[in-house]
Amino acid sequence: MSADTTTAPPAAAEASAPTQLTMAGALNAALRDAMAADDRVVVYGEDVGPLGGVFRVTDGLQTQFGEDRIWDSPLAESGIIGTAIGMAMYGMRPVVEMQFDAFSYPAFEQMVSHVAKMRNRTKGRVTLPMVVRIPCAGAIGGVEHHSDSSEAYWTSTPGLTVVMPSNPADAYSMLREAIDSDDPVVFMEPKSRYWSKAPLALPVTTAPMDRAEVVREGADVTLIAYGPTVRTALEAADAAVDEGLSIEVVDLRSLSPFDDETVGASVRKTSRAAVIHEAAQFGGYGAEVAARVTERNFHHLAAPVLRIAGFDIPFPSPKLEEYHLPTADRVLAALDAWEWDA
Amino acid sequence: MAHDGCMSLNVEHAPMRTLPSAKPLRLLDNAGHALTGAATGGFALPDGETLLDLYRKMVIARRFDVQVTALTKQGRLATYPSAYGQEGCEIGAISAIGSTDWFFPTYRDCVALITRGLEPGEILQSFRGDWHNGYDQHAYRTAAQATPLATQALHAVGLSHAARLRRDPIVALTFLGDGATSEGDAHEAFNFAAVWQTPTVFVVQNNQYAISVPLSRQTHAATLADKAVGYGMPGYHVDGNDVAAMYAVTHAAVERARAGGGPTLIEGVTYRIESHTNSDDPTRYREAREVEHWKRRDPIERLEKYLVSEGALSETVRSEITDAAEALAAKTREAMSVEAELDPLELFDHVYSRPRTALLEQRSALEAELAAGAFAQHEAGAR
Ligand SMILES: Cc1ncc(C[n+]2csc(CCOP(=O)(O)OP(=O)(O)O)c2C)c(N)n1
Ligand SMILES: [Mg+2]
Repeated sequence: MSADTTTAPPAAAEASAPTQLTMAGALNAALRDAMAADDRVVVYGEDVGPLGGVFRVTDGLQTQFGEDRIWDSPLAESGIIGTAIGMAMYGMRPVVEMQFDAFSYPAFEQMVSHVAKMRNRTKGRVTLPMVVRIPCAGAIGGVEHHSDSSEAYWTSTPGLTVVMPSNPADAYSMLREAIDSDDPVVFMEPKSRYWSKAPLALPVTTAPMDRAEVVREGADVTLIAYGPTVRTALEAADAAVDEGLSIEVVDLRSLSPFDDETVGASVRKTSRAAVIHEAAQFGGYGAEVAARVTERNFHHLAAPVLRIAGFDIPFPSPKLEEYHLPTADRVLAALDAWEWDA
Repeated sequence: MAHDGCMSLNVEHAPMRTLPSAKPLRLLDNAGHALTGAATGGFALPDGETLLDLYRKMVIARRFDVQVTALTKQGRLATYPSAYGQEGCEIGAISAIGSTDWFFPTYRDCVALITRGLEPGEILQSFRGDWHNGYDQHAYRTAAQATPLATQALHAVGLSHAARLRRDPIVALTFLGDGATSEGDAHEAFNFAAVWQTPTVFVVQNNQYAISVPLSRQTHAATLADKAVGYGMPGYHVDGNDVAAMYAVTHAAVERARAGGGPTLIEGVTYRIESHTNSDDPTRYREAREVEHWKRRDPIERLEKYLVSEGALSETVRSEITDAAEALAAKTREAMSVEAELDPLELFDHVYSRPRTALLEQRSALEAELAAGAFAQHEAGAR
């Protein structure tokens, strides 16, 4: 195959002074630095070129790197994933964008039948170092098909690594790590967090992307959240202080693999856990979390693991989405359902 | 490294609007006579040495195919999709690429893999049920045989696009069935290849059926090659049982692609003489008469007639080819006569580059079951 053409990233390696950066900006910087560091990294998808992506995550990259490194592909998601497989087989590191969560579905076959299975099928002779970026979830007033949470489709597929950052620093660090990974990564970006800001000096390296993180310590309850619901969990934790309830928040970061160690340690400490996600509850990712947390920590649990999720309905229209999405109030109300005297 | 300002590869090519011939183009007629004029579409008959080589490869490939079908009937393989009757397409097209080019085959194309130099034992691992794939993709520059229809065509486009971006003079050849041309991925692959002008050659083996469903239920187009026009690439409608024509047309397409001329769609009109796989019952959907009709259009006999008429097939050459074919058949029988040593614990080893805790736990659990003799019967049976 092509020789390893990785070049050292001299300019990018020096940390800049902290500036306020959005998650979209952090992702943009991660792509820019990854492309500068390694010319095997190529980016394509729908409208990622001159427009810079509908969320501007690829803003300015085509001007900087040219059309051989980042380009607009024909409008066909299966085609985007299928060709990325071929490019990865040839030693490239494609980072492709699905424009919106629900528009990744045409690529389902390529994802499940090839992206996930290629390495195992070929006993590791063919690896697919590719990243599939998927803007996901709701709370942006999106019309139908623009707010889905499809993570469980991917997490229930062995062979895929599925991660979702909740903040700008993780967005940068995890995307760099995903691009460097020799295995395919489904990189889910919570749309409602694209414009959230944090002071950031780049490049930043946070915890490895397969680890969960305790983002707030507490003693009484563990809230397990990821992507957009981390903020919800933190809000609930703030509000709970007044009620004398000490909530610990775990940001999963990685949905597959699942960090049993970090989550288990927290749950054994607090003895109560609830998982929060926007996706529908039935058969959702939270079902797996509740099941494995229970299986592994049953004797430490004072109450059943709760799931606080979207309703079991197709994602609602913009004016109705607020009723569907988990809120801090709904989280706290759910916790009230437990027997607290024991 | 910033963009160095070198010219982008997005060269504007004048889109192609050449309509494939209504009649499949051919260089040898069914009686083995060399054709001239319009029938050939302007393609020249390959030289004698090439034709003899194609003949030899077809004879060997068929012997392999017949052997594997027999082994499958004996229960040695879980399934086998035969390409009996399609050797003109298979061998003509695969012989047109070099060892540095890439091939993206389907389940149907074991005989092309034999021609490409893969070992019977490597090819048949998947059909025997040992593992989903048994050969080294990079060593042979041959992707794992694809089962989800048309999906591999996109991989071929992506790989050849990557090669082009790297300025490597590499072409990707992929095979599709007639049924597979109805899949969305076929259209996406044709379109991506044409828009990106990738060095990709698509060979559609129109063997008239997708399992039981005849071509008339797949398309309303006059030919499958006609589809090329809509994507802005050249299409060729070729007699797939004329190995000389398949080779000549594919070879021209490969070299055009290599020179930066973009993709080509080639339809080889052929027929699957055997059932779809061993578990199929073709009497439910086609007449014996139809099969007989196509048997009289055998690709090997056609070239043989030509070579004999040219005095190019001496008894020495014939027996040398027969010996090679028999040797391969023997090697195939041998490879399938011993059960492979399978390690159930390997199930966990290749899913991810970095071991996952959950898989390691499950691996230990299976290891404990094995140690406790939970599968002793299975293992005894396997032996
Ligand atoms: C996406 C997909 N759908 C269905 C199948 C099941 N299937 C296997 S082979 C086949 C027929 C394919 O016909 P064709 O493309 O003409 O190829 P041939 O088998 O004739 O070589 C079908 C329906 C499949 N493998 N993949
Ligand atoms: Mg067919």
